[in-house]
Amino acid sequence: MSLRLAYSAVSGRGCVKISVVCLLRPLLLDVIPSVRQTVALALGRLADHDVEMAEAVVKAGILPQLICLLPEENRYYKKTAAFVLRAIAKHSPQLAQAVVQCGALEMLVVCLEDFDPGVKEGASWTFGYIARHNAVHLRLVCLDTWSSPPCELSQAVVDAGAVPLLVLCIQEPEIALKRIAASTLSDISKHSPELAQTVVDAGAIAHLAQMITNPDAKLKRQVLSALSQIAKHSVDLAELVVEAEIFPVVLTCLKDSDEYVKKNGATLIREIAKHTPELSQFIVNSGGVAALIDCIGSCRGTVRLPGIMTLGYVAAHSENLSMAVIVSKGISPLSACLIEEHEDHIKAAAAWALGQIGRHTAEHARHVATANVLPTLLDIFVDTRSSEDLKMKTKKALKNILQKCTYLPALEPLLHDAPPNIMKHVIGQFSKVLPHDSKARRLFVTTGGLKKVQEIKAEPGSLLQEYINTINNCYPEEIVRYYSPGYSEILLERVENYQPVL
Amino acid sequence: MAALARLQEKLQRLQEEYFLTYRAIDEERKTKYKAAVRIQRWFRACRVRAYLRHLSKMAILIQKWWRGYLRRKYFREIVERAYFIKKLEFYNEMAVRIQKMWRGYYVRKYIHNFSALKRYLEAVSLNNEFVRSELQEYAEMKENEEKMKDLEKKEEEEKYQARKMHYLLSTAQIPGIYNSPLRKSPDPMELLLRKSKPLTHRKQKMGSSLADELYCWPTCEKPPAFVTTLPLLPAPRQKPQGPFRDPGEVLRQRYKPLEPTLRVRESMNSPPAKAREATGREEWRSPIHDNKFLPFSSYHKNAEKYEPSICNSGKYGREAYGTKYFREVNPKKWIADKKVKLAVCAHQPQKQSYAKQLCPELYG
Repeated sequence: MSLRLAYSAVSGRGCVKISVVCLLRPLLLDVIPSVRQTVALALGRLADHDVEMAEAVVKAGILPQLICLLPEENRYYKKTAAFVLRAIAKHSPQLAQAVVQCGALEMLVVCLEDFDPGVKEGASWTFGYIARHNAVHLRLVCLDTWSSPPCELSQAVVDAGAVPLLVLCIQEPEIALKRIAASTLSDISKHSPELAQTVVDAGAIAHLAQMITNPDAKLKRQVLSALSQIAKHSVDLAELVVEAEIFPVVLTCLKDSDEYVKKNGATLIREIAKHTPELSQFIVNSGGVAALIDCIGSCRGTVRLPGIMTLGYVAAHSENLSMAVIVSKGISPLSACLIEEHEDHIKAAAAWALGQIGRHTAEHARHVATANVLPTLLDIFVDTRSSEDLKMKTKKALKNILQKCTYLPALEPLLHDAPPNIMKHVIGQFSKVLPHDSKARRLFVTTGGLKKVQEIKAEPGSLLQEYINTINNCYPEEIVRYYSPGYSEILLERVENYQPVL
Repeated sequence: MAALARLQEKLQRLQEEYFLTYRAIDEERKTKYKAAVRIQRWFRACRVRAYLRHLSKMAILIQKWWRGYLRRKYFREIVERAYFIKKLEFYNEMAVRIQKMWRGYYVRKYIHNFSALKRYLEAVSLNNEFVRSELQEYAEMKENEEKMKDLEKKEEEEKYQARKMHYLLSTAQIPGIYNSPLRKSPDPMELLLRKSKPLTHRKQKMGSSLADELYCWPTCEKPPAFVTTLPLLPAPRQKPQGPFRDPGEVLRQRYKPLEPTLRVRESMNSPPAKAREATGREEWRSPIHDNKFLPFSSYHKNAEKYEPSICNSGKYGREAYGTKYFREVNPKKWIADKKVKLAVCAHQPQKQSYAKQLCPELYG
């Protein structure tokens, strides 16, 4: 009878009431092991289904009973118990805190030491769910029942001694266990540098680096994500990850058929590249930039974002690296990205990256300008549908590139339809170049630039007016007068007032 | 006396002559004197002038020589200085040239090494090309692998289908579906049918669904292939502690096929379970022994069976040594009276005496 009830609860439909939990509770201490297992499975299914049910399970105080005799139970029970804990802990940090408080972590560590891979997988999955939350949420929303001081959940997982066991789990031959252990390590190390250091001290990096060559796509996703969470905190950790000889193997991940493997691979390279110029140099030397550029060209959507940011970081460090990015044909995918993508944050990232590439010297700015990027940037900046962040980033990028750009044919189109704050920089550049180059002056006149400059109204004494004066001084007065607005009226007036000499 | 008279006359005249002559001489004398003075004056003046001239000439000579000497000396200094300055200027110019060349070289080589930068960028683009081609090859290889896998899968499917539909093969009398008499050569399906072995009936799986749910956990549907050698990992920095069993052994144990006990395998309502229930109830009614009810009695049965160790058990039960007392009561129990024959006894006293000789205080 009890089994039947449990079986109906297992299917999850019907009464979602606390009475069910109270009914199941005494069955947990039943003599027959299969009853215990079924009850645990039922509880797990209930808690998995709904947050309220999970809270009901916790409030009924079942958890200590569930795990009190765990080390002596068989592996099926251990698996089911881990499933229950996991189902509870995944909903919210408070529930995870409750799971931790009833002493589940030590039991889960015992499960991790078991020989059965299924048990290990269940235990490490539970650790992963617990470590995913963090203490910040606890401080914001505190239920009255949890009166103990808030502790870092990931820190609690580490203190229970789970990390070395997780590293051992990674070395097991089962793919699913490796996946779960890798994702748990990734969740643990993402919160703070100390936790990442703990994971590194357990010797995780060597094994993770080995698994990059594994053919399973989901495993690669988790492994790359774990390595990138480790590398993102500090230079030393990033250097440790690089020393594990992941390059150039990581570049093959960028050519994988799975989109998320590419994305995580690009994220890993980004976390390494952003710390110091030496690391970026290393990435360039191993051909990472070329692989990234191909990856950006072949993907669409959010998957591109880490690759774009990597290019931006690499180019931002020094002008040699920026030139290396240009030489590897990096500008065309970025400008294609600007045009094609619909999401604002990807466009903003592309604009930022282009700004970093072009801001170093005139040579760089010329390369960026010849790729016909500046009008696109201007369009995005002027467009009313762009978000604030996107506009700010485009404006900064434009400003950085324009301040170094001396390639006048690219600046011409900007003259005609730029807003005043951009116009100031454009005119400034013209005023720097025109006094020294006669051919440029001629071109400037013939393309109608001088005419446009005369039509600009600027306050006297402002920087814009000074630039305009500098430009006007490069030309003889008649030409300036000829192109100033209203000159035809002045001429016609002179015609009217002229007395013909017979 | 005549002469006297004459002389007297003459005297007058003589006086007059004398006077006149003396006057004339006197006057002459004055003029001569004046002339002489004049002459002397003039001559003296000449002399003095000559002397002065001489003096001035000498002075000029001395001054000339002295000034010449001074100037010559000074000139040497000037020449030295000018030469020195010229040398300095020359050296400066040469130093400037050297510095110019050196600075240009140094800056071009170490600080703004344009040619190295160019070479580096070329190398980077070459490397990029190489990496790109390699990655392209890798991607193509992966694609080929996938295609091969798909093809193989399809082939497997076709073969399986052929095996299943073996009965469609054409016989000598009746041509099968795939072997129409109007065709020149048989259909490839027909050929496949000829090649394939007929499929036997598969044994039906037995077992309740609940047991299946518990045992076929989503991750381990069936155990993976038996692993004989583990892949070689790099030596970890910290070896896990403890004596571990041979991994092959462990895996063999782990992946032993499941043989659940009869009790777990069968359902509650099957006849043997019900029968067991009945006997259990009977036993409750009439217990044979009066032990307190202990849960997991079978576990305790194994634990309670005490096997005495051989070294503790004596002829009439357990020996007291090891439990009642630990020290030997008669330590000479195991020592025999016989003398032990040593093979190398001759050397022993000699050694001892030598040692005694060396440090008598120790062995004294």
